Amino acid sequence: MSRVASGVEIEITPDLTIPKLFARRAREQDQRVAMREKEFGIWRPITWAAYLDNVQFFALGLAALGLRRGDRVAMIGDNRPEGLFAEMAALCAGGVAVWLFQDALMDEVQYIVDHSDARFLVAEGQEEVDKALTIKARCPKLERIVWDDPKGMRDYQDPALIRFTEVQRLGRELAAREPGRFEAMVEQGQGEDICLLFYTSGTTAKPKGALLTHTNMLKMGQNLLRVDACLEADDFVSFLPMAWIGEQMMSISCGLMAGFTLNFPEEPETVVANLREISPHAIFSSARFYEQMVRTVQVKYLDASRAKRAVYECALDIGYRLADFKLAKRPAPWPWQALGFLADQVVHKKLRDHLGLSRIRNAYSGGSALGPDYFRFFHAIGVNLKQIYGQTEIAGISVVHRSDDIKCDTVGKPIPETEVRITPEGEIISRSPSVFKGFYKDPEATAKTLRDGWLYSGDTGFIDPDGHLVFFDRTKDVFILSDGSRFSPMFLESRLKFSPYIKDAWVLGHQRPFAAAVICIDSSVVGKWAEDNRIAYTSYQELSQDPRVSKLIQGEIRKANALLPAAARVRRFLNLHKEFDADDEELTRTRKLRRAFLEDRYHDLVETIYSGADRVGVGTAVTYEDGRVAQVKAELSILEIPDASDLKTEN
Amino acid sequence: MTQPGLEEIHLKVDDLRISFGGVQALVGVSLDVRRGEIFSLIGPNGAGKTVLLNCINGLYRPDAGRVLFEGQDIAHLAPHKRAALGIARTFQKIELFSGMTVLDNIRLGRHLHMRTGILSGAIYAGKAAREERVHRGFIEREIIDLLEIAHVRDKIVGMLPYGLQKRVELARALALQPRILLLDEPMAGLNLEEVEDMARFILDLNEEERWRVTCVLVEHDMGVVMDISHRVAVLNFGEKIAEGPPAEVQINPEVTRAYLGEVEDLYVSRR
Repeated sequence: MSRVASGVEIEITPDLTIPKLFARRAREQDQRVAMREKEFGIWRPITWAAYLDNVQFFALGLAALGLRRGDRVAMIGDNRPEGLFAEMAALCAGGVAVWLFQDALMDEVQYIVDHSDARFLVAEGQEEVDKALTIKARCPKLERIVWDDPKGMRDYQDPALIRFTEVQRLGRELAAREPGRFEAMVEQGQGEDICLLFYTSGTTAKPKGALLTHTNMLKMGQNLLRVDACLEADDFVSFLPMAWIGEQMMSISCGLMAGFTLNFPEEPETVVANLREISPHAIFSSARFYEQMVRTVQVKYLDASRAKRAVYECALDIGYRLADFKLAKRPAPWPWQALGFLADQVVHKKLRDHLGLSRIRNAYSGGSALGPDYFRFFHAIGVNLKQIYGQTEIAGISVVHRSDDIKCDTVGKPIPETEVRITPEGEIISRSPSVFKGFYKDPEATAKTLRDGWLYSGDTGFIDPDGHLVFFDRTKDVFILSDGSRFSPMFLESRLKFSPYIKDAWVLGHQRPFAAAVICIDSSVVGKWAEDNRIAYTSYQELSQDPRVSKLIQGEIRKANALLPAAARVRRFLNLHKEFDADDEELTRTRKLRRAFLEDRYHDLVETIYSGADRVGVGTAVTYEDGRVAQVKAELSILEIPDASDLKTEN
Repeated sequence: MTQPGLEEIHLKVDDLRISFGGVQALVGVSLDVRRGEIFSLIGPNGAGKTVLLNCINGLYRPDAGRVLFEGQDIAHLAPHKRAALGIARTFQKIELFSGMTVLDNIRLGRHLHMRTGILSGAIYAGKAAREERVHRGFIEREIIDLLEIAHVRDKIVGMLPYGLQKRVELARALALQPRILLLDEPMAGLNLEEVEDMARFILDLNEEERWRVTCVLVEHDMGVVMDISHRVAVLNFGEKIAEGPPAEVQINPEVTRAYLGEVEDLYVSRR
């Protein structure tokens, strides 16, 4: 479905930069809506003209404060127009944007600000300013801290602090003194200039800073849009961290290339409601996000009356049948089509509306692989969900599904101008105009990752007969049992997590006799279940260790086991006494498991699981967001999954 | 905590006495609350703290004594008249309309400022609609945003967790645009994070230019009281036994004996 956007395609010449394209868009679309922000309960539009004004004066303000070409400007905060103004302004002034995750811990903020040599930090409000002031003493290169949300800021006197609007005022003064300065700054940029210094979330070591150029970003946006066009009239909701390459891809690259409207939610807590109000045309999100959507539906289902459940089940069965036809690329017979129409009218349409997907043309999932169960679910309810594969080092995307060619177990085909090959060792390598320039201050890692223009991903995979890329997990994440059989823990985890009661699963088994799992129950769903079953509990820990809850989880694992090959079945498991948390470094900020860290932290626990004992005592440190640490002690029971070994393979 | 610059007496309680049957709940209590300060009342259970708040906002009629608000004796006024003067309060046990939405509860607190009559309100055009919009704007900008309850504005209050309900109650009190705010145990039943949030909200209300509300706080969480109050008064069996800045009160021997010493376990700080 390669729709062509209105007008002619933008030609990416060597001197085209993001700011130049931005200035052009702003001139052409002038009074049209560039973005909206929900504030005080109302969606407020911001025109392209206002967007340009804000960026222009902020950029000049930064210049007035001494920003030179090539200087790094770090940014931290939620998705909001000011965040985008700041980033665009930094680029217009010839600077390099560095984004930090809003919930990053002090150490991470310090490491990135220091490593990137940032001279400016644009923070959102009090919380971010506090972080910035704390690290300032240890980051001597940091000069000014800009903030935009005045709440709670009345008593801050630090001379390094300056308000967003004050920077813009300085910019206005400079504009009055030197008219044409902004245009000159924008004109100076070249496509090969670095525009982003992007720190990869790093499941293993310290984050590495990838250097991306304007051309990298623009080419990536253009090539994605060549696959799936977006229109100027489209809406997009910007709610994922700006520090994630996927959000940059959509909000900056595709946003400028297609010129669609960005919408910023009111608060992080209101995303779901705001998504429904806007009902975007395209979504690019992490697997997590889709898993959460399915969970929402499953929970509502558990809550519904018997009659409603029956209707839902029936409609979903029809949906699954049609999805299977579609995924197998066979036309559905007309009776099924007719039933599908009915199911859509009665159930799926409403479901899509509630999920904020009623206008969706393309939904992309990236970051980590989304399990096939989720995939089928979305196609069953009529959402055109596709997998994206790529990494920060290639500006976010290199491979994607085409609308008429979707397979649940692949990630699709390369986007235009992109080559993907497999090395003899099975590693995925790719080459395109979007491949990055190297890691900042890390020639060793650069040499390892970039060879002859090819990007070595560290992922294993193969290309199937249809030309689709199949990607396993990170090479180091393929498990080999002691009898030599191989399996992918992430695949198992995704299967387990399809149960609404299981929030996180961590599968073990590398060089062990069998697979085992550490489960984090979903406190709200299991809590509700406990309530319905009159089980009293006071804490997550108590709930997780209740024998009836263990039994429930046991049943869920058996269900998941039934669909797995015999070697990969989970034989033992335990319910962990706490949820995995990024603040405890158990997950990355994009919520992937950090296996090496987990292995280390829960070493005794893992040993006990394989020792055959049925109880284990643990003591773990829990870190609060402000850095405080508390000790938690618990005794956890380990359970067997009956007949996991002699189940018939149904797959 | 530094003293606010203004020394003007905002609320004066003079020799207040009240008894219930044979129990003397307040035995001649006198207090001066200065404009712009956070004034805390502490003391063991049954010391008369809530009774004192009830006398100030008019739920109880004292047997003797005066309550002066901005120099005017208000002891004879009905509670709603006192509210109109700018005295708002929250309650120890949440007193919200649990079947209504958050927004409706807050709007109710705003009712006092509405000038529209029943008829024009029903027709809802012109002036009435304009007024409604202005008030709605005030609620959104100054209250919902400040207290961070945007994500629940359309939720039914009864369905919300306790910590949020406490915030909604504060929101409703704020809708009155009070000049003095009586807070009866705003931290009770909250977890650590919620306590910190609530303390920050109270400080915001007290210090933010737009609000500058004088706060009278009844609270058991000593950590919070000592952190945010400008001055503290200690009640014991209906009598004021000490008054002064937190640092002084903390080391007052009579206070330690009467209060902290005896029932220490009950009132230890969460921090």
